[in-house]
Amino acid sequence: MSLILTEEQEMLQDAASGFLTENAPVASFREIRDSKNPDGFSRDLWKEMAEMGWAGIIVDEEFGGSEFGYVGAGVLAEQMGRNLTASPFFSTSVLGATAVQRYGTQKQKDEHLGSICDGSTLFALAVDEGPRHRPEHIEFAATPHGNGYILSGSKTFVADGHVADKLIIAARTSGEANDSSGVTLFLVDADAAAIERAHTPMIDSRNAANIRVDGLEVTGDDILGEVDGGYEALEGILSAGRAVLGAEMSGSSQQAFAITTDYLKEREQFGQKIGSFQGLQHRAAHLATEIEMTKSAVLKSLQLLDDDFESASATCSMAKAKSGMTAQLSTQEAIQMHGGIGVTDEYDVGLYFKRVHVAQQMFGDAGFHADRLAKRSGY
Amino acid sequence: MSDLEQFRAETRAWLAENCPEEMRDGDITAENQCWGGRQWEFQSEAQKRWFEAALEKGYTVPTWPKEYGGAGLTADEAKILTEERDRINARKPLSNFGISMLGPALLAYGTHEQKLQHLGGIARGEIRWCQGYSEPGAGSDLASLKTKCEDKGDHWLINGQKIWTSNADISDWIFCLVRTDFDAPKHRGITFILIDMASEGISVKPIVLISGHSPFCETFFDDVKVPKAYGDGNLSVVGEVNRGWDVAKNLLVHERGMLGTMSPLRGAKGPENLGGYAAEEIGLDAAGRLDDPSLRQKIAQAEIDDWAYTLTVERMNDEANAGNGLGAKSSMLKYAASELTKKGSELRMDIGGTDAATIGADGIEYDSLANTWLYNRAYSILGGTTEVQLNIISKRVLELPSA
Repeated sequence: MSLILTEEQEMLQDAASGFLTENAPVASFREIRDSKNPDGFSRDLWKEMAEMGWAGIIVDEEFGGSEFGYVGAGVLAEQMGRNLTASPFFSTSVLGATAVQRYGTQKQKDEHLGSICDGSTLFALAVDEGPRHRPEHIEFAATPHGNGYILSGSKTFVADGHVADKLIIAARTSGEANDSSGVTLFLVDADAAAIERAHTPMIDSRNAANIRVDGLEVTGDDILGEVDGGYEALEGILSAGRAVLGAEMSGSSQQAFAITTDYLKEREQFGQKIGSFQGLQHRAAHLATEIEMTKSAVLKSLQLLDDDFESASATCSMAKAKSGMTAQLSTQEAIQMHGGIGVTDEYDVGLYFKRVHVAQQMFGDAGFHADRLAKRSGY
Repeated sequence: MSDLEQFRAETRAWLAENCPEEMRDGDITAENQCWGGRQWEFQSEAQKRWFEAALEKGYTVPTWPKEYGGAGLTADEAKILTEERDRINARKPLSNFGISMLGPALLAYGTHEQKLQHLGGIARGEIRWCQGYSEPGAGSDLASLKTKCEDKGDHWLINGQKIWTSNADISDWIFCLVRTDFDAPKHRGITFILIDMASEGISVKPIVLISGHSPFCETFFDDVKVPKAYGDGNLSVVGEVNRGWDVAKNLLVHERGMLGTMSPLRGAKGPENLGGYAAEEIGLDAAGRLDDPSLRQKIAQAEIDDWAYTLTVERMNDEANAGNGLGAKSSMLKYAASELTKKGSELRMDIGGTDAATIGADGIEYDSLANTWLYNRAYSILGGTTEVQLNIISKRVLELPSA
C-alpha cells in the first residue's frame, strides 16, 4: 500500500479543510472559550458534522457510518488540529466508536453505533486516575454483587466527561493495580445518580472532567468486551486515540508553522525581513523537516489501524511520540519567532501552544511512549 | 490477476531462482557492495552470479530504458522490484555513483550517443565513476570553483585540482565541473565534462581522515587534454558549455536523494537494533530496563526518529511516483539521514564504552565501530553540509526571503 492518501481520502481532506476554515476557525474556538460556553463546543456545528458523516467516520456502513476508517478519522482530526476546532469528535467518534464497534456485542453495536453516527449520543472514556497517563494502573473498583458489580472509584482528566451521555470506565474486577489482567470495561449512563462529574477547566480550554462513582450498580449487560480481559480492549482504544491525536497534533504543528513562516516573510527588523536571518532560517528548516517526518509517522499508524488493527499498538505509540515532540517544537518556535506578540492572548499561536501541551499529555507523552517501546523491544 | 500482480509474481519467482543465498544478507556497505569498474574483482562467486543474473535482466539499473542497459521498468514496477528484493533481504546487484548520480543526470541532459556509451558502461558494471566537484577553495560555495578548462579547438585543456573525490584512485572515469569562462557570473561559466581517469596529466593522492582510513582523494589536473568528442555525437561536455551548473544541480538532487535514502541507524556496525545491542552490552535492571536510564531514553528516541525518517523516504517515493516530484525536499532527507547516521554511531560508541574506543596495534581497524563512527562525521559535510541543506530548505521549500 502506498503511504499517500487515496483520491477519496484527499477529497475528504479538501472538504474538511473547506468546511472547518469556513465554519469552525480559530475565531470560533475563541468565542467558545470567551463566552464560557458550558458545553465547550457548538452543538449546531456537531450536528452539521454528523450530517456530513464525520461522527460515524470509522463506523461501518451497516450501522449508518461512513466507513472511512482511521485514515479518514485522521484526515478530519488533522484539519481540526489546524483550525483548533473543539467538538466531541475525538471522544465520541474515535474512542467511543472504536470501543463499541471493535469490542461490543451485536446488541451493543445495534444500540449505540447508530446514535454515534447521527451525533445524538456523546461518549467519554475514563481511564486515568492521576495526573500522569498510566493505563496499567487501575484501582477503580468493580466489586461482584449479585449477578453484576458495584462500581466505586475516581477518574481524572476524562475528556468530554461532563457533556457525555455514556461513559466507558476501565475498572478493576480482579488482581492488583498495575496488573494488566483483571481490568474490565463498563459502558454506563453518565447521568446515573451515583456518578458525580466535575468539569475541570483546562489550559487548552477543552472539555475535561473529574469523575467520582460511589456505589453504581451495573449488570453483565453493561460490560464492554471480556471480564478481566479489558486491558487488551483498552489498549486498542488507546492506540486508535493516540494515532488520531497524533493527526490532530500534526495539523496543529503544520498550521502554527504556516502562521510563523508567513510572519517571517513579512516582519521587518534591522531594515530587513526577519525570515532572511540564517539563525531563524535554519530553525525553520529543521522544523519543516520534523513536520514531514511526523506526517509519515501519523499516516502509517492510521493505515495500520485500518489494515491490521491488532498489530498497530507500537506504531501508534511511535506516531504519538513523534507528533507530540514535533508539535511541542512547532508551537514553541511559533511563539519565539513571533517575539512579543507571540505571548499575547490576542495572537493565535499561544492557543496552539496550549492545546498541543494537553494533547501531548493525553494518552502518554513522548517519554511515556519511548519507555513503552524500549520495554517492548527488550531494553 | 492485474499486470502489476503478475509482475510481482514473476519478480518473486525470478528472485527466488536467481538471487544466491549469500546475497540475501541485506548488508550493503561500502566494503561489501558490488561497485564494478575496470579494476573490479568480485568478492565471491555468489556476488558474481547475482550481478550476472541481474545484468541479463536489465536489473542493475531497472528503471533505465532498455536501449541503455536497463529494464525499462515503470515506477510502480520498480517499487515492486524493490519491495520483493527487500522481502528476501537481497543486496543490490550493483551500486555505485554512476547509477545513483551520473546516470540520472545523463538521462536528463545527455545526447543519445552519450547515453549509449556511458549509461551502457554503467549498467554493465564496466566503468566506475567518481565525482569531481569540490575544490580546496570551493566547498559549500561550490560555484566558485576554479579548475580551468580552455578551448583548444579540437580538444579541451584542463588545469586545476579537485578534492574529496571519493574512490578516485580506483575509478575509471570522472564527471567534473570545470570553469570555461572566468569573466561570466560564477554560475554561468561552469561546464560539466566527462574525463577518462587514464588521461595523461591526471594524478591522484588519497587523503587520510581522522579514522586513519579514507575513500577520499585529491585529484590533480596538469595540462590534461580532453577530446571534444569521444565519437559521433558523443561529446565530452554534457549539456551546453557554460551551462554545466544546471546539470550539476540536477545531479546534486540525485546525490542528496541517494544520501538521503540510506538507512541511518542500520547498516552501521553492530547488531541492527540499537536497543538490542545495548541490552547485550550493558544488561538490564531488575525491572527489565536497560541498566542506564539516560542512554535508554536516547536510544528509544533515536529509534523513533529513525522509524519516522524511514517512513518519510517511503512516503516521498510514493509521492514522487504519484507525480509529485521530491525536488528540494531531497535536502530534508539528506539532512535527516546524515544527522541520524551520526547519532546512530555515537550511540553505538556510547554503548560500547571503552571497549569501542580501544584500537588495534596498527591503528583503527577498517571494520571497527570506531572507524564507522569517525567516518560518519563526514556525512553531514559531504554532498552539501547540513547547513547548506538547511539553506536550501529555507529558500526552495519554505521560500524564506534572501538577505
